[in-house]
Amino acid sequence: MEFNAIYVIVAREFKKFVRERSRLVSAIARPMVWLFLVGAGMSRLVSPVGGVSYMQFIFPGILGMTILFSSIFSSISIIWDKEFGFMKEILVAPVSRLSIVVGKALSGTIISTIQAVIVLALFPFLGLKLGILNIVGVILICSAVSFSISAFGILLATFYESYESFSVIMNFIVMPMFFLSGAMYPVKLLPDILKFVAKLNPLTYGVDALKHVISPLATGPMSPDFNIFVDIGVIVSMSVVFVLIGGKAFERKG
Amino acid sequence: MSIIKVENLVKKFGNVTAVNDVSFNVEEGTIFGFLGPNGAGKTTTINILCALLSPTSGRAFIDGHDCAKESASVRKSIGIVFQDTTLDKDLTAEENLLFHAYLYNVQKSERQKRVDDALKFVDLFGRKDDLVKKYSGGMKRRLEVARGLIHRPKVLFLDEPTLGLDPQSRANLWEFITELPKQHNVTIFMTTHYMEEAEVCSDIAVIDNGKIIARGSPEELKKIVGGDVIYLKTKDNATAVEEIKKVLNVEASAKGGEIFMSTIKGDACIPELIRTLGDSVLSVRLQRPTLNDVFLKLTGKAIREEESSGSDTIKEEVRAYRRRHS
Ligand SMILES: Nc1ncnc2c1ncn2[C@@H]1O[C@H](COP(=O)(O)OP(=O)(O)OP(=O)(O)O)[C@@H](O)[C@H]1O
Ligand SMILES: [Mg+2]
Repeated sequence: MEFNAIYVIVAREFKKFVRERSRLVSAIARPMVWLFLVGAGMSRLVSPVGGVSYMQFIFPGILGMTILFSSIFSSISIIWDKEFGFMKEILVAPVSRLSIVVGKALSGTIISTIQAVIVLALFPFLGLKLGILNIVGVILICSAVSFSISAFGILLATFYESYESFSVIMNFIVMPMFFLSGAMYPVKLLPDILKFVAKLNPLTYGVDALKHVISPLATGPMSPDFNIFVDIGVIVSMSVVFVLIGGKAFERKG
Repeated sequence: MSIIKVENLVKKFGNVTAVNDVSFNVEEGTIFGFLGPNGAGKTTTINILCALLSPTSGRAFIDGHDCAKESASVRKSIGIVFQDTTLDKDLTAEENLLFHAYLYNVQKSERQKRVDDALKFVDLFGRKDDLVKKYSGGMKRRLEVARGLIHRPKVLFLDEPTLGLDPQSRANLWEFITELPKQHNVTIFMTTHYMEEAEVCSDIAVIDNGKIIARGSPEELKKIVGGDVIYLKTKDNATAVEEIKKVLNVEASAKGGEIFMSTIKGDACIPELIRTLGDSVLSVRLQRPTLNDVFLKLTGKAIREEESSGSDTIKEEVRAYRRRHS
């Protein structure tokens, strides 16, 4: 692996992210809308269960959504790079394909984690009490989830050549991933077939791990669906698998 | 020494044979021209040499490294300016070059200096903090050449470097490119459609339909079309034609008030003509064959015939449209 190359791939994405204010604004606005428009409305229907209000219940899911959109968006920029030729500049350099994939995945990780942290700052308004350890835990989980979703996004990007595919990815992959992640409703309440799909969804485990750390005392339907060690195990192994397959998929193009 | 060696290279895309049994060598420190019409297989050959594509069969070496097997060493030895621009237009010129320097692992102590030197070399130092999207086509091209040189490659590939530039920018870019082998110790491998640009090459290969159909220096290639043509006006053309045939022993004929004759060494022939015909000569004009004539003779078509590239043009327009609207 070439560290200078990884560094500069991350630095480029970060610089472009900082320059593009509108992207940051819309990235922050989306979770706010869901949290305060959808969440507040639904709170009228769903009364608190097991010590958790509905707004508190969806907060981990909203963090997951922030990460999902920004990680996928960051990885899908590979398609733009292909379209506008910049990818060739990277591919013709003496840099291993694995370094390129790791560089891209780390870019997504950093950008998504920053956005997740901004959204996380809303927790006092939801009546949540998080200690410093919980906050650190949330940030660590957010960055691990960001990495795995970014790596997943890179894998998607290797299958698509043009950016017309962007809306396909958004509508048929990203939106279902969001709804079937336990973000808006508990996985344990889903019908069997959807429960099965939710279990295949990498985001499910990220959202579940966040539920463990954000509402550790929750009981009943709004409590986490899996053991936290299962969650972390799945997130870590998915990251590794996606990065390795992504590296291979890049290699194959040559 | 041959820095590029290509042996029986074949590349098939499905049932299209883009490169069909091509072999050639390129000597170190020269400017090698790879000429051919649209779809001849130029870019495909470059992609194989840059280890971006693997060949269907045959082998290619850069500086002794096998392009199919030692891609890392090959990539370190080459720089490339692709046919379509590959700059990040949302970064500044300097950032684009720094990105490259990191990517090629240029030492920390050297990085900034090489970037600055490269920017000065192409006269863009004053504009280094501008986003590339504000650059003109010619500036972008120059920046790409500068970028390709940052890691001190042994071979620089230029795939139609002057495409889409106005005549003046083209001339400037060529002047600059011809300096490169001396100033940067680099071998140039370039492709072009423009025959007149190929005159700067020390060695040329003409490719058509994936096959090399001619090899040699520009002078050697021009000999294929049979040398120079002299056009001449005299007071009495009929008599002059007789004189030329008799004294110079050269075939000549008069047409439309002008005499024309083919010779091998046109410039040496003119003094002799004037000596023979004396005062009767009104004007003399020497036309040397261009590489375009060579191409016409070899393939029966002009190199810049564009009708075959309809789909390319559309693709280019779509790209340009997207660039404008994104
Ligand atoms: N990735 C690909 N898949 C299928 N066919 C391809 C591919 N790349 C090139 N070709 C085909 O191979 C042939 C040679 O293409 P190539 O791009 O090498 O031509 P070129 O000489 O560079 O032409 P131009 O002057 O238009 O750039 C063409 O018929 C082209 O359609
Ligand atoms: Mg080409």
